[in-house]
Amino acid sequence: MQLYKIVRKEILAPNIFSMDILAPRVAASAKPGQFLIVIADEKGERLPLTICDYDKDEGTVQIVVQAMGSSTRRLFEFEEGDYLKDFVGPLGIPSKFVDEDIEELKKRRMLFVAGGVGTAPVYPQVKWLHDRGIEVDVIMGAKNKELVILEDKLRAVAGNLYVCTDDGSYGFHGMVTHYIEELVEKQGKEYDECIAIGPMIMMKFVALTTKKYNIPTIVSLNPIMVDGTGMCGACRVTVGGETKFACVHGPEFDGHLVDFDEALKRQAQYKEEEIKKLEAYECKVEEARE
Amino acid sequence: MAKAVDRFKRTPIAEQDPNVRITNFDEVCLGYTEEEAMKEAQRCLQCKNPLCRPGCPVSIDIPGFIKHIAEGEFAEAAHVLAEYTALPAVCGRVCPQEDQCEKTCILGRKGEPVAIGKLERFAADWAREHGIKVGKTKPSNGHKVAIIGSGPAGITCAGELAKEGYDVTIFEALHEPGGVLVYGIPEFRLPKEGVVKPELENLKRLGVKIETNVIVGKTITIDQMFEEGFEAVFIGSGAGLPKFMGIPGENLNGVFSANEFLTRNNLMKAFRTDYATPIKVGKKVAVVGGGNVAMDAARTARRLGAEVHIVYRRTENELPARVEEVHHAKEEGIIFDTLTNPIEIIGNENGWVKAMKCVRMELGEPDASGRRRPVEIKGSEFEFEVDTVIMALGTSPNPLIASTTDGLQTNNHQCIVADDLGRTSREGVFAGGDIVTGAATVILAMGAGKQAAKGIDEYIKSKNQ
Repeated sequence: MQLYKIVRKEILAPNIFSMDILAPRVAASAKPGQFLIVIADEKGERLPLTICDYDKDEGTVQIVVQAMGSSTRRLFEFEEGDYLKDFVGPLGIPSKFVDEDIEELKKRRMLFVAGGVGTAPVYPQVKWLHDRGIEVDVIMGAKNKELVILEDKLRAVAGNLYVCTDDGSYGFHGMVTHYIEELVEKQGKEYDECIAIGPMIMMKFVALTTKKYNIPTIVSLNPIMVDGTGMCGACRVTVGGETKFACVHGPEFDGHLVDFDEALKRQAQYKEEEIKKLEAYECKVEEARE
Repeated sequence: MAKAVDRFKRTPIAEQDPNVRITNFDEVCLGYTEEEAMKEAQRCLQCKNPLCRPGCPVSIDIPGFIKHIAEGEFAEAAHVLAEYTALPAVCGRVCPQEDQCEKTCILGRKGEPVAIGKLERFAADWAREHGIKVGKTKPSNGHKVAIIGSGPAGITCAGELAKEGYDVTIFEALHEPGGVLVYGIPEFRLPKEGVVKPELENLKRLGVKIETNVIVGKTITIDQMFEEGFEAVFIGSGAGLPKFMGIPGENLNGVFSANEFLTRNNLMKAFRTDYATPIKVGKKVAVVGGGNVAMDAARTARRLGAEVHIVYRRTENELPARVEEVHHAKEEGIIFDTLTNPIEIIGNENGWVKAMKCVRMELGEPDASGRRRPVEIKGSEFEFEVDTVIMALGTSPNPLIASTTDGLQTNNHQCIVADDLGRTSREGVFAGGDIVTGAATVILAMGAGKQAAKGIDEYIKSKNQ
């Protein structure tokens, strides 16, 4: 048995794919809310990714990735039967509810908000709760119908699942924040907690929206990282005026205390370099075609 | 007739020209030739009661290995070293010799001490280049020991135990073994392919298994290790958490910990365009701090093309870095702004660093460390234009293992409490190196790893009697 074999690969939407990777130690210890780091090949970077699912018996961990930058596009080239160079995790602190009293949790009215590939890390949380008899509401948002992922999987474990698309091509026409307003204001729903995972900008606006209704909100941050174990400090984020390392103190934080504007700027820190790497990558792909 | 050896003068050693080396990451010091090494070794007085030896944290028989070099018996010199140290090629390069063995060398009283470090390096390099295999292993005793961390402490502990016949597995959190030797110390001071990798290969040759990508406390716990059949565990996870100053503006874009900057460059090889990890250096860099890590970060930034300033709050005399590193840094054009302390980092409208606000300092009364305490000069504030700030203020131990292992006592610095033989408050769990002492040197970590190996050997033997 060789580690980090890609046991299954599936295309979920244009440029979004899932991979089940053989990594028994990670599969055995992963919990909802945690993440991992992948290095595709010899010269690859350490790529922090969310965990979508794990199968302790099979010893596999599922990742869901959107091929956007040079490294995620490189990862997209890997096929079933190939091996990833490195795969390390689980990283970060599991979701708080994992250690809470189940009876208390059953009383809590929870709303999950998933955006884009952020749907992937929402799934194991909702599933964990569902397995313990806790039903929660889930709003998932995507740009359009084509980019809606994991809908069936999520529907099977969610109490209510609401799908939104920006262009109205499927489900509710509008942003996830609009649907929170819809649920709270028009349908009179009440929530004790909101957990939002998606693009940084989405989490910012979800936090602003839930603040209006005084719903305590947890967000899962995905800043730039190198090692993911607290060594580099690249993932510094200001939460309630204090500097935290998302990799070891998070990735989940109180969304009403996170300085999103700083986090957004920090996330763009290597944008110039990334554009260059992407251009170089595209040249290489082009050359290979010719 | 051969010219008599000038006892008080060191044999010069070849180095890459500063103007050339700031354009590459190749090693700065080129090492002695056989003739030069013999000449330098012949300066050693072969003292009956050598003063150098007590200065060495692992008590290497220094006159012993030097005598062999003086007589041209280079392989023998390497064998002597191997009795005391698992990493002579590393220590010869990175030990602070001027504060240890060379500090007490008797020749130093009237002239220059023997270049012990350079000779150690010579013997180790010679042995490696000539395929000399050092270190013998006893037959397997079947007892399993787990080592956490593959830095200097872990490597040494693993090597010592493997030689005693233990079945040793090292668990490393990163994707490459070597710890600080790989992520922290740059290529130009410690070549990875040429020096570090062969040392790790030696370890594997002794039967040590290395499992990378295992974060103890996350991927697996110490309790699970015992369940997997390990009879003892050694924690050598180091001091990896970077410190920041806590001044305004530290989270601006363009402010990095030295750990991040060096890890990107060393471990992830960001200086090579064929590697995917990016690195930012800017045009004008301020490195805050005065230790070896600060020098490493400054010299790395210089090689990546920046104008680099070391910003340090005391004077040059108090710089904690090795003298050789400071000397090399100056040769490479690093500017030293001493008696200067940052109080704020100022950003532009897009959240990027544009300047650092500093104050001038003067030295006051000595503090607890015996060094004169730097005191702010009132009204001396000034702005210093930079686009990158690298914080090299030291590191503290990672709390991950202690926080996931019951019954493991730590002190208020997050360090694991362990005695001289590495024994912690928990039976079967040993610790040594930076995780116990806080950030220190490679050689001290090695010394601790060696002592812990003794402790583990005693523990397992007594348990199985």
